[in-house]
Amino acid sequence: MRTEVPTRPSVGRLLWEQFRYQNKIFWRTPIAAFFTMVFPLMLLVLFTAIFGNDVIEGLGVTTAQFFTPGLAVFAAVSASYTSQAIGTAMARDNGILKRVRGTPIPPWLYISGRVASAVYLAFIAIVLMMAVGILFYGVQLYGRTLPAALLTFLVGVGCFSALGLLVAAISPNGDAAPAITNATLLPVAFISDIFFPVDDPPRWMELAGDFFPLKHFAGSFRDAFDPTLSGAQFHWAELGYLALWGLVAALLAIRLFKWEPSTGSGSRRRRRRGGGGLAND
Amino acid sequence: MAVVEVSGLCKRYGDVAAVDGVGLTIEAGEVFALLGPNGAGKTTTVEVLEGHRSADEGEVSVLGYDPGTGGREFRERIGIVLQEASVERELSVREALTIYGGMYPSRLPAAEVIAMVGLEDKADARIKTLSGGQQRRLELGLGLVGDPDLVFLDEPTTGFDPSARRQAWTVLENLTSLGKTILLTTHYMEEARRLADRIAIIDHGRIVADGTPETLGGRDGGAVIRFSLPEGSRVEDLPLLGGRVNGPMVEVETVSPTKALHELTAWALSKGVELDNLEVDRPSLEDVYLELTRED
Repeated sequence: MRTEVPTRPSVGRLLWEQFRYQNKIFWRTPIAAFFTMVFPLMLLVLFTAIFGNDVIEGLGVTTAQFFTPGLAVFAAVSASYTSQAIGTAMARDNGILKRVRGTPIPPWLYISGRVASAVYLAFIAIVLMMAVGILFYGVQLYGRTLPAALLTFLVGVGCFSALGLLVAAISPNGDAAPAITNATLLPVAFISDIFFPVDDPPRWMELAGDFFPLKHFAGSFRDAFDPTLSGAQFHWAELGYLALWGLVAALLAIRLFKWEPSTGSGSRRRRRRGGGGLAND
Repeated sequence: MAVVEVSGLCKRYGDVAAVDGVGLTIEAGEVFALLGPNGAGKTTTVEVLEGHRSADEGEVSVLGYDPGTGGREFRERIGIVLQEASVERELSVREALTIYGGMYPSRLPAAEVIAMVGLEDKADARIKTLSGGQQRRLELGLGLVGDPDLVFLDEPTTGFDPSARRQAWTVLENLTSLGKTILLTTHYMEEARRLADRIAIIDHGRIVADGTPETLGGRDGGAVIRFSLPEGSRVEDLPLLGGRVNGPMVEVETVSPTKALHELTAWALSKGVELDNLEVDRPSLEDVYLELTRED
């Protein structure tokens, strides 16, 4: 009956399979695909239509040259943070995480598969956005800054994946996850120069923007596409700050992560004692 | 060889003892049913055995592992069928069985499992398009795809209408014929009687009875002999002790019905009377279950 000799599937194979299926699930969930891939493009079309694609006074770049990298970051954050948080919390609500916990796949490997998929989808989102900017709005790409852009992308998406998992960990249920992600991402996006460059903002707004990671991600990525700057544009301080946010979020997520749905009889009480945490194998 | 050995298992949630000193042994190849009303501690017991929860007290050995620390090696040898269909609804039946099967060292081909649970027509359908019964069958397939040595079936037909339940039993009977060790929990007596080799009745976190469906019914070999008191006779005339008049009927509870019946019929023959409506009744599993789990 058995077709293969009983050998344990390798780490690489398990990771690849999870990655593949998580991608499949993403593309088969139209709402997630729309908000990650299409919605940010709509914003770019709208902004350039509203503001025109002339050189913005004081910035010395065109509207598209300014907005495209920022919206690309917004799309990447949507894939790594919003989709990740909602998808993971829903999977827990539906008992999928509990099922996974009863199978031999190591928990960290399953989560890694989810993160790898989120990073890959964020990459597609960012490339799609930049491609539309280049093809239709005359956005310029600079070879000298591409390594910095790529590194910024990886560090930023890593940071927001960890934050997405943290939101999944603290969401009491799947319905709470979209509320938490939207209520955090949208206001922070407004004070992080994603939707428009804020001219001379109030002090508190500037401080708040500096505190959250999004402005550092978007700013570092955008500078790689700024024709008025020169050099390789590695922003080490910003990257370090993003990494710190990511690390703290990852540690908290590992500590607070739950595999069992919180609904159902007695489970609320059980949850307190039930095994939690990614490390709890 | 015992596949599951549990003794003195306790699990409390706050002040409530969900499981209060459960002990049970399941032998290899046995289909074992944990039968009890809702809230009796069935699911908690099973979740401890699956490794989903830790025990507060007691010894637990499953396939020779401590489920709490057995880790990957332990989970490679068990299959869990959850109460609710819980799998990525965007995948097809074949995809789900392929990806979950791929996590086990010895896995069954997806097509084989699909045939086993009778989902050939739906193999490439998205899971979200399946009916409730079909999702349960997929759930069953997911519990089997790793070719486990021990299968946990937690309330496999709860919430089914009677005809869907009968269909599910047919599928489960196929499963029991595979010779795997199975731990089934249920609050349907009929389900336990139909599927299990051995039944333990659990109530308020304790095992209150344990045996085969047959021995559980006629526990201690006890039986009730009933007959109409012959005209002109009085209860005091009867040869047996413990006779009790219940309306026009005499009821004799006895642990040795053969002997009692022999004495009774000998007495009737010697008196030349007929024992009208004579019957010997052994309590059914249902009687035993209702008696043991009665709310006081």
